[in-house]
Amino acid sequence: MTHVSTDSAIISDLSPTDAGGVSLAAPILSGRKSRLLRKLSLLPILTGILTLCVVLMLVIILWNIVAGGIGGLTWEFLTANPTEGMTKGGIFPAIFGTVFLVILMTIFAIPVGVATAIFLRYYAKPDSRMARLVRVAVNNLAGVPSIVFGLFGLGFFVQFVGRGIDKAFYGGGLAFGQPAIIWASLTLAVLTLPVVIVTTEEAMRAIPRDYIEASYALGATRWQTIWRVVIPNSLSGILTGGILAVSRGAGEVAPIMFTGAAYYLPYLPAKLNDQFMELGYHVYVLSTQSPDVEKTLPLLYSTVLVLLLLTFALNALAVLIRMRLRMRYAG
Amino acid sequence: MKRIIAAILGTALVGVLAFAGKPITIKGSDTMVILGQRWAEDYMKTHPGTTIQVTRGGSGTGIAAPINGSADIAEASRPMKDKEKQEVKAKRGADVVEIPTALDGIAIYVNEKNPITKITTAQLKSIYQADTKKWTALGGPNAEIVLYSRENNSGTYTYFKEHILKEEDFSVECQTLPGTAAIINAVAKDPNGIGYGGIGYSKGVRVLSVAASDSSGYVEPTEASVASGQYPLARYLYWYCAGAPTGDTKQLVNWVLGDAGQRVVADVGYYPLPKKTGMPEQKAK
Amino acid sequence: MTEVVRHPDQADSSVPSRLQWERYAVRRGDRWRDIWIGRLIKTIAVSTIAAIVLIFLFIGREAAPVLTSAEVHQEVTVAKMVVPLASRPGQPNAFIWQPVSDTPKYSLLPLLLGTLKATLIAILFAAPFAVGAAIYSSEFAPPRIREVIKPVIEMLAGIPSVVMGFFALMVLASVLKDSFGWKFRLNATNAGIALGVAIIPVIYTVAEGALRAVPRHLREAAQALGATPWETARRVILPAAAPGIFAGVALGLGRAVGETMIVLLASGNAAIWSADLTDSIRTMSATIAAELAEVVNGSAHYHVLFFIGALLFLITFLVNSLGELYIGRLRRRLTGVAG
Repeated sequence: MTHVSTDSAIISDLSPTDAGGVSLAAPILSGRKSRLLRKLSLLPILTGILTLCVVLMLVIILWNIVAGGIGGLTWEFLTANPTEGMTKGGIFPAIFGTVFLVILMTIFAIPVGVATAIFLRYYAKPDSRMARLVRVAVNNLAGVPSIVFGLFGLGFFVQFVGRGIDKAFYGGGLAFGQPAIIWASLTLAVLTLPVVIVTTEEAMRAIPRDYIEASYALGATRWQTIWRVVIPNSLSGILTGGILAVSRGAGEVAPIMFTGAAYYLPYLPAKLNDQFMELGYHVYVLSTQSPDVEKTLPLLYSTVLVLLLLTFALNALAVLIRMRLRMRYAG
Repeated sequence: MKRIIAAILGTALVGVLAFAGKPITIKGSDTMVILGQRWAEDYMKTHPGTTIQVTRGGSGTGIAAPINGSADIAEASRPMKDKEKQEVKAKRGADVVEIPTALDGIAIYVNEKNPITKITTAQLKSIYQADTKKWTALGGPNAEIVLYSRENNSGTYTYFKEHILKEEDFSVECQTLPGTAAIINAVAKDPNGIGYGGIGYSKGVRVLSVAASDSSGYVEPTEASVASGQYPLARYLYWYCAGAPTGDTKQLVNWVLGDAGQRVVADVGYYPLPKKTGMPEQKAK
Repeated sequence: MTEVVRHPDQADSSVPSRLQWERYAVRRGDRWRDIWIGRLIKTIAVSTIAAIVLIFLFIGREAAPVLTSAEVHQEVTVAKMVVPLASRPGQPNAFIWQPVSDTPKYSLLPLLLGTLKATLIAILFAAPFAVGAAIYSSEFAPPRIREVIKPVIEMLAGIPSVVMGFFALMVLASVLKDSFGWKFRLNATNAGIALGVAIIPVIYTVAEGALRAVPRHLREAAQALGATPWETARRVILPAAAPGIFAGVALGLGRAVGETMIVLLASGNAAIWSADLTDSIRTMSATIAAELAEVVNGSAHYHVLFFIGALLFLITFLVNSLGELYIGRLRRRLTGVAG
């Protein structure tokens, strides 16, 4: 859903549907088709079936995971530590780690994303070189594979920035030059930045022009207009962007496997240079490295279910906010 | 809204400032991580002042970790090579201390439907190099053998390569899975599969008896046969420290080698050290 | 301090109202703040460009020794990555990926082939469903059903890839093996189908957007000429939106090439050089994920993995650019700028 929003933004500029001057010649239609065929034309049925198949795929996947995971989904499972080599107990540290990770991530991603959207919308000329460059960068950022973000996080944040901090402040000792939650969240922030930018810009596009002109007419400066008019009016859009980013970030495993996720930690991450457990990574670990496959399978299913519920709930929230937003300006 | 943001920022700031007691970091072998985790769990129960952090990674990490300086203890399911010891010495300025902590047998797994119960190391080599392609060669069903192996960074992979394949390469048809559990899972679901891995994992699959040669007998991996060295695929599981362990780490090492620690070894499915081993031999090759 | 404070961004002010700021009586403090905040925002926006440049630089920096370092060349060179290598005595040379060995072998070709196989299957699987669903929901579906289809497909996009990989590993692989009896339970087709499900939403969203962007008057004109929905769709809408559909497929392709967790869990990870789509495969992304955490920093193996990452970055960059190209074409076609 998150990347969907990025993708859809690519074409959302097209949305004024009646742009004129189309050079397409609609071919002259042959009238030879039999009446029956016209009525029962194949394409709606065929595409309808294909659509149904897609829906079915979702249903099958969800059904399988819910059926396998619902039994183990107890309050204890959500609030207890894993015990006995992860064959028993719960996943609380993974939930906590995920939440901590995405909160840190949004602290980095939202200000940068919103500022970039403001720049694109209110500072740069739409066709200036700068704006185009930023747009190209954002689009490309959205297309970089998540594993490459993982490499980047390791090469840049951990090895370069982290080691640099260690050399400068810790006399070469090891504090930040190793995988840690701060590096994982920064990596995810870069990864989710396009989502925030695109969603925020979309919301800003919906703000009626009168509001802004009225603000200027009252003598407000550009920043005053942005701070008092633009941001409050696009707050739900920003929120949507943040939620979509969180939902994307919470599900990503590849970028955090080298930058901070841990197999097992007896304590919760409290400092920025702690490692952390994370739901998606926990799923990966349990499905490949659990000590007892049969015993962990129910736990595994329940963990998958929790992860799925988390991302779906976030996505649903984003959809709701968006609908409210649309209604406000449409109504 | 503002208040929430302030609260979050505040928490983060406190987080930066709070550099509390440093935990003991254990890194390494996937085979050993279960064991490490159980040790950590039990140790922390009885020693509330200490925190232990266990992170995963094949033995490649375990051995690389002290080289890179990111762990107090490296767990490995293979002995450290001399070259690696020298690297640690060059980087950390201390000799590597090798501490055998438990015994493990590498088990050979097949699907429970597979009638085969025993195998020789020569047959294993031939199978894993795809010279033997069908189960019929071992008296099994007329089906192609499907090979499962560990990722090339794991100590188990290295051990198998060294002791079974005699340092030659695996067949390219080997499916390399990122963990022993993944192998067990694959073999349990694949009637023609064969896999290998630490003995502590082997549930839901059949474990074969192994003979070192045609003339010697087939031996099942048991505590007695692994400890006595009769089972041909036995190995130590090691802890490595850069320099002799001190303070909390030393206490932990002693605890692990003592009765309580060795009881955990048995619980997890590995084998306790023979009684005489005791404290680590502080030798550096 | 009597000088007139000029707005630094005056030249490229793009505020919709296009007002001249200076004419208004604004307190000087406010104006200064405005200028500094403007600069800050500009700097932050530029940092997004910096991000992509940094990614490029830092992947490149760790990958470069494969091309330049003599130490790495003792183990591997680019030439050795693409020619058949000697394995053991008596065996023909082959493309082998065996980075941990007495003589490490880093053939990239099986990994490229594996990535290609998985991507191909994913696209072949996903495109018909995604484009079909896009056509249905933009052309034929009653509004109420359309309101359902979109969120459902977005839900599909909301499934984390590790969950999809888990599903393929546990369920899909068994179903496929039981139905077809392939030798490898985890194989290219298994991973490809799971990948395909994951990229359906990408293709769908872009294709559906393109279809809906086709001007209404085209539709109405066709219908006025007595065309059925089928004829309208096939002769008018589809040709007009075609570049958008290609763009969707290209973006889906880009996603499939770089997707990691699904292939890591569901493909078997054997670097086999064969044309068989039911053989196990090892993709570039899965290779990085499986091996990077464990290698010694700075070793030849480490640099080779970054080199693969750089290749992956390049490939997805090209594929995504292709998508952008089609979108540009679509935009021109629909707005008739350079028709």
